[in-house]
Amino acid sequence: MSVGNQFGATVVEPVDENETAAILRSANESGQAVIPTGGGTKLDWGNPPRKADLLLCMRRQNRVIEHAWADLTVTVEAGCTVAELQRTLAQHGQRLAIDTLWPERATIGGILSTNDSGSLRLGYGALRDLIIGVTLVLADGTIAKSGGKVVKNVAGYDLPKLATGGFGTLGVITRAVFRLHPLPRNTRTLTVAVDSADAMQRVILAILDAQLAPAAVQARNGSVDILLEGTLDGIAAQQSAIKQFGEVREGSPDVWKAREELWSEGKIVKFTTLPSKIAAASAFFSRFVIQATGIGYARFDGDLEKLRAAMEQGGGSLVILGGATLDAWGSPGDSFPLMRAVKAQFDPKNTLNPGRFVGGI
Amino acid sequence: MNPNTLRETLDELRGILGLHGLISSSEELRTYECDALTNFRVIPGAVALPDSTAQVQAVVRLCHRERIPFVARGAGTGLSGGALPVAGCIVICLARMKRILEVDLPNARVVVEPGVINLDVTGCVASANYFYAPDPSSQSVCSIGGNVAENSGGAHCLKYGFTTTHVLGLEVVLPDGSLVHFGGTTLDTPGYDLAGVFVGSEGTLGIATKIILRIVKRPECVRTLLAAFHSPTEAGAAVSGIIAAGMLPAAIEMMDNLAIQAAEAAVHANYPDCGGLLLVELDGPVAEVDALMAHVDEICRKHGAWEIRVAQSEVQRALVWKGRKAAFAAMGRISPNYIVQDGVIPRTSLPQILSEIDQLSTQTGLRVANVFHAGDGNLHPLVLYDRRIAGQEKAAERMSEKILELCIEKGGSITGEHGVGEEKKHMMSKMFAEPDLDTMQRVRCAFDPLHLSNPTKVFPRTRLCGEKPGEYIPHPLELAGVVERF
Repeated sequence: MSVGNQFGATVVEPVDENETAAILRSANESGQAVIPTGGGTKLDWGNPPRKADLLLCMRRQNRVIEHAWADLTVTVEAGCTVAELQRTLAQHGQRLAIDTLWPERATIGGILSTNDSGSLRLGYGALRDLIIGVTLVLADGTIAKSGGKVVKNVAGYDLPKLATGGFGTLGVITRAVFRLHPLPRNTRTLTVAVDSADAMQRVILAILDAQLAPAAVQARNGSVDILLEGTLDGIAAQQSAIKQFGEVREGSPDVWKAREELWSEGKIVKFTTLPSKIAAASAFFSRFVIQATGIGYARFDGDLEKLRAAMEQGGGSLVILGGATLDAWGSPGDSFPLMRAVKAQFDPKNTLNPGRFVGGI
Repeated sequence: MNPNTLRETLDELRGILGLHGLISSSEELRTYECDALTNFRVIPGAVALPDSTAQVQAVVRLCHRERIPFVARGAGTGLSGGALPVAGCIVICLARMKRILEVDLPNARVVVEPGVINLDVTGCVASANYFYAPDPSSQSVCSIGGNVAENSGGAHCLKYGFTTTHVLGLEVVLPDGSLVHFGGTTLDTPGYDLAGVFVGSEGTLGIATKIILRIVKRPECVRTLLAAFHSPTEAGAAVSGIIAAGMLPAAIEMMDNLAIQAAEAAVHANYPDCGGLLLVELDGPVAEVDALMAHVDEICRKHGAWEIRVAQSEVQRALVWKGRKAAFAAMGRISPNYIVQDGVIPRTSLPQILSEIDQLSTQTGLRVANVFHAGDGNLHPLVLYDRRIAGQEKAAERMSEKILELCIEKGGSITGEHGVGEEKKHMMSKMFAEPDLDTMQRVRCAFDPLHLSNPTKVFPRTRLCGEKPGEYIPHPLELAGVVERF
């Protein structure tokens, strides 16, 4: 145990599920607030917790338990970093098809709890679509499994999805099972130059509406990046089809780090919009990265309240990632009472991450 | 319900739904006594046929006030008894809510009411070359609301995912009659992924009255390869080879000889007469598919395929799929009765479970036809029997259940797409430990503390909400005789 972090909380590092359960049970009984963490890359996301007594660090639970490569699944402990998992999977030519922030430090439990999928979501789905099983330790020490280790499974409620993006407020993820994808045979990054926000949106919509199969599409200031994966023939054919949308050049794979690079510049927001409103949404920012799915990231120093109102009016949302000076989340909508009821069932004493999630959950 | 209350309730329902929106005569109620799993039958108290969200809300509010259980129903094609009425319940049938509310092609979204038929979603966007990806075999008759309840899959979910992958948002009437919205047209709405937990909850968390779906651009080309093997084991090895080569086809389906015979008898799909038939579908840009198809062909031959055909035209493809999609119903051609099973194994356990099913078949003398979604390990063993022979039905049921136990042993699941419903709830405690089930039911307690929405389904026991583990305190509902502990 040690003390020393931004919360002034005591750090505990359980070695397994049972120890995690014991710590949570005792904290829950004694009214201590617990902040779960992995690599600590996103501890400033969400609202600051109302109370923080224990920092529950999952880094010691970092094994890849079973890479069933012939079944395209993996069971992994929450404290394993994304990069470490990917290295293990690559030994059999496979991957978890995501491109998260800071993969060398971010852990599986952390990316799940904060729902950080990345730009490959266009081609392969989000974390919610890739996770097929989860083990959660609840605040009262209950160890509960849901889902399983087969890709197709509808037995019981889908708690893996409930845990994904739940910011650790319902339970601590100790283990996850994922469906995997083969590593691409070849990849090529193309960049189309665009001279206006309207042109940017036009190119994105045209690519989405074409019979292509891009793994990722993102827009930055002045350009649209496209990631193609597959056989050389397939890539070449798609590349020539994309030429009709503008001036195309082969780009560096480094462009996919553009989202991460935003972070060197202070306060970052995540905004969501419809693909057809990408031009309007991006107009608020001097520097941004927006994925074709309508999820964007930007640096923003202006009036956040006004910006949020504009995003919500367009049917989207605005979430502040890090150092929020106003509520990080915005309106959770008319299902908020139900969210609170779910929280009350899982963590009635508000032991886990109190106040960090939407509406003060 | 005592007769007086019943009459008053029916009057009130008629007031909400109009004369033609309520079914209460005993002959008509019989239509709703079961879904496509016909060996469970319960006649409901009444059937409501709402045609708007407001009517659904009003009916559910009444149920909540009077503590009457309700069961939502779509087209009634479910195979696990999910829409089976509960004694004295009101069945809320959503078939009249079948409007397609919005088609937004630039954003690939379609908003529908729950009674819209699965295939009609594709129908309304096909001219723009889009389609709705989840394709359960019943897609020409099953409804989106039912698909949402069951998280329906289909042959192409290997690549495209399940219903849950394609539901972006929901309007839901909760069991207390309140109206809420989960998700939306944009992604990652702040808060818990309630849409994620609602889809596949088998009607136990409320009733979806509006669904925002994602549609998919039709790939440039689709090619279907048909390969004949001497045995399912050989075909299974070919599947492993395809996956190991780093390919993710849109679909990989397998049928054994008995299933082929039945399909031939029913729809004359012109399948080769073989021990194991593999159907591999690739889709995407032409150049990509052509390159990969050559590779699939090679892998199949290496694993013993003695005949390979590639369907190029839509007509050829449709015929190939017709045989597969008709496979369940086709069993009637070769057996008077049969049980459709739905289990999942890690795909690599396929040869092992096939030989175990063979052994069971030898022991019981009952034939089993096998139809698989081979890419994702979803088995549909069809246990054939003759009800007229004393003891055969029981033996078939036992055997079908034994197959599920084998699936669990191998780390699989008791259902890949048909749901738990009434049929498999007793199997849940074989697949999950008590704390697992208890945790799932915490969700149910948050949504439906009175257990009114499709109660008695999915879980073997009901967690009484607010109950403290360890000590026995009779729940008010238990005392009132509304629920019972068993």
